[in-house]
Amino acid sequence: MSKDSSFIVERSTRLSAAAGIAAAVLVVVLAFGPLLFSANIVDSLTTLFIYLILSVMWNALAGYAGLVSVGQQAFFGLGAYFAIELSYHGVGVYPALLLGALLAGILSLPISPLMLRLRGGEFAIGMWVVAELAHLLVVLDPLINGETGASLIALNAFSPDHRRAYNYWMALATAVMLLTVVFMLLRGRLGASVQAIRDDEDAAKSVGVRVLAGKRIIFFLAAFGCALAGTLWLATSITFQPNTYFGIQWTAYMIFMVLVGGLGTFEGAIVGGVIFFLIEYMFGATGVWYLIGLGATAIVFALFLPRGLWGTLEDRWRIRLLPVGYSLRMPSADADAPDAAAAARERRPTPASLDKHDIAASNSIPARPR
Amino acid sequence: MIWITQLLNGVLLGGYYALLACGLSFMFGVMRIINLAHGDLAILCACVVFFIADQTGISPFVALIVALPLMAAIGFWLQRLMLERSLRGGMLVPLLTTFGLAIVIENGLFEYFGADSRSLAPYIGDFAFDSWAIPGNIYIGSLALLIFAVAVVLLGGLKLFLTHTSLGRAIRATAEDPDTAGLVGINARYVYAVAAAIAVASAGLAGVFLAMRETFSPYSGPTQLIFAFEAVVIGGIGSLSGTLVGGIVLGIAQTFGAQINPQGFLIAGHVVFLVVLAGRLAAGALQARGGLHRLFARRS
Amino acid sequence: MSLLAVEQLDARHGLLQAVRGVTFTVAAGETLALVGANGAGKTTLLRTIAGAHRPFGGRILFDGIDVTAVPAYARLRTGIALVPEGRRLFNGMTVKENLLVAGAYGNSGPWTLDTVLDAFPLLRPRLNNRAGTLSGGEQQATAIGRALMTNPKLLLLDEVSLGLAPIAVEAVYRSLEALIKVGATILLVEQDIGRALGVATRVACMLEGRIILAKDAKDVTREQVTEAYFGLQRARRVTS
Repeated sequence: MSKDSSFIVERSTRLSAAAGIAAAVLVVVLAFGPLLFSANIVDSLTTLFIYLILSVMWNALAGYAGLVSVGQQAFFGLGAYFAIELSYHGVGVYPALLLGALLAGILSLPISPLMLRLRGGEFAIGMWVVAELAHLLVVLDPLINGETGASLIALNAFSPDHRRAYNYWMALATAVMLLTVVFMLLRGRLGASVQAIRDDEDAAKSVGVRVLAGKRIIFFLAAFGCALAGTLWLATSITFQPNTYFGIQWTAYMIFMVLVGGLGTFEGAIVGGVIFFLIEYMFGATGVWYLIGLGATAIVFALFLPRGLWGTLEDRWRIRLLPVGYSLRMPSADADAPDAAAAARERRPTPASLDKHDIAASNSIPARPR
Repeated sequence: MIWITQLLNGVLLGGYYALLACGLSFMFGVMRIINLAHGDLAILCACVVFFIADQTGISPFVALIVALPLMAAIGFWLQRLMLERSLRGGMLVPLLTTFGLAIVIENGLFEYFGADSRSLAPYIGDFAFDSWAIPGNIYIGSLALLIFAVAVVLLGGLKLFLTHTSLGRAIRATAEDPDTAGLVGINARYVYAVAAAIAVASAGLAGVFLAMRETFSPYSGPTQLIFAFEAVVIGGIGSLSGTLVGGIVLGIAQTFGAQINPQGFLIAGHVVFLVVLAGRLAAGALQARGGLHRLFARRS
Repeated sequence: MSLLAVEQLDARHGLLQAVRGVTFTVAAGETLALVGANGAGKTTLLRTIAGAHRPFGGRILFDGIDVTAVPAYARLRTGIALVPEGRRLFNGMTVKENLLVAGAYGNSGPWTLDTVLDAFPLLRPRLNNRAGTLSGGEQQATAIGRALMTNPKLLLLDEVSLGLAPIAVEAVYRSLEALIKVGATILLVEQDIGRALGVATRVACMLEGRIILAKDAKDVTREQVTEAYFGLQRARRVTS
């Protein structure tokens, strides 16, 4: 009922171009952070960058590839562990941080064929088992002293001020790099194919999407990214305690950030990271109640605002600051085809297709997941 | 002889895992939900029974009369208020909401009970340590035997319930095709809630047995979830008798692992799980069946 | 008074409007055949009447009561049963279980396991076989039997002959005629116009979501139905 020629396919708008420039300016300003801000702020921003990395990685995994992992702490912990091992064996401490993360990322490659064949909840808990196993095996290493842990002593060769600045720059550079990589990947062919997989794996397969290959790239990227976050965390805290690094709380944080920001929206993961950072800053000291609040908020968002804050804004005002998808626009109102105009307004190329919700809601019985 | 004793212990431990896994498997079979709060619900029930036993001196076995209906009610309303809505959002949302629930339960229990490890063993007297001698100098713990027996009875009873009662048949029909179930007069919402009630109550029973057997803390839930999941996957998701086999395999692996290294208990379990998974994938069995999903309908 | 009254019914799939302002009635004891090409909206209409699809607008009255908002499982108890397109049996369950599960939640009445088996004797030897292992004709008999087990006042049949061998179609229609003889009220969707005219007391033809022809079966010719079926009337109107 629609004439294809009557739509304009857009990849970017004036607003998104402006947003891109603003982001670039922000990064340049942030690059001078250690020269501009107090030590406290530099430390806080470093933490924020690490959260952003985790949030964007988990969003790429769950929001785009449909892989809900509750075991990404496996790579977070392994990255840090490998860094300690490498440093202990004489590798320079900063190269060790990078190489450690890379090793953890590489380790994800033999794991992925096994895990990626699992679907939905099976994948989720399967990853959790991987994390538990990684934790148990790391503790067996005498270097780590069981749950007592070990320290990245080599870092003590640098003065605290230098360390702070280096950590900051490393975290900023890593966050910018990973954000850019994810942005480019999602804008490219991979973005369309992994989203097709998430929305309907069987259908994607039938139109020739190479399901496993697409998932594997995202899985590796997320493993490497989380491992980088782990080594950065190690660089800031120096000590490595297996219980902390392999703790399930990292997954709780990631889920919270992505759900609140907007599952499957690129900007949402960033927004969620910032919100989480602020909430932790304000309520982190309340301990248990803070965690209960995180869990409860995640439930509320998943149930009542599944597109998160950013996704909801996006739907309401059709803003795309950093567009990874395509949008269709009608050049003028087409009086002959009101249905088509309605379709163009409704059919957003972004995740969590609304039609699916409509159909599900129209059934008197809960729709069954595929 | 030590090996035979260990083997028997492993089998009996497997009974506990089967009991623990039964609700997880059942919920997945009927609603296609993997409940990430399963282990925490088990611990919640253990805490409830501990509270009753501690405050009133009532035997934990008697306290179950209160605790299990309570857990069933929690399961029923959990389905009605949370899971039902999350199911409409697709496959990922139930995972996210049940994970959130797990965090809330764990930390809520921590807030109330503190981080201390507790056990129900002191409240069941000698029964926690009693054992039967069988010829050949082999001892079997009475409690472990009871748990195994309860697991077998529960799994068998559930199977009979599903095949021989109209509610059981309604559950199977709804599991297979909720849309068509509505067309033959089945209220799928109600059936789902009943299934959730059964699943959560059985998790609670397992949690109480865990608390009698060893110590538990508010954060014990996730480990129990992982054990349950491993038992289910090893045995084949959705198959109740498979769950018993899976539990036993896991129990034996852990018991022998513990002989090798103190950490070996956990490592061996995880490794067996991954090996079984890899083996099954290699055989292509999963793909041919379209994932683990279709097994429930075939075997009930 | 009519048993079923459908008034200005609209039903959609997302943005696609499948049923557009449909109005008709079915009187007790009547057999209404609904014909039309694929995609005309027949299945959606039937599913909406059965409560499996939520209407976008309009009303459905059954026995004088507005059942528009009543969910499928409860509508069944008012006396509407649907034999869905593609049969949709519970394949993992036996034939007996398929019949019993419906019987347990429907109304009581003349149809019981025994009377259904008397009506479909071919099912007797297959009672303990899983529904998924049956032949197409046996499956269709089970599906109709399953609907009868609920003792409906109105039976909705969606494409009961689809995908069946001719001999199986013959058997299914013989049992339908027997049902009609004992006074059942039936709303039947059928692709085969000849078959439809053979059993129906009235015929309605759907095109693009609308009913464009509704007449007593004896007053209508096969050609009229065929024209309506393919939308020829409308095409002629447009060109003239």
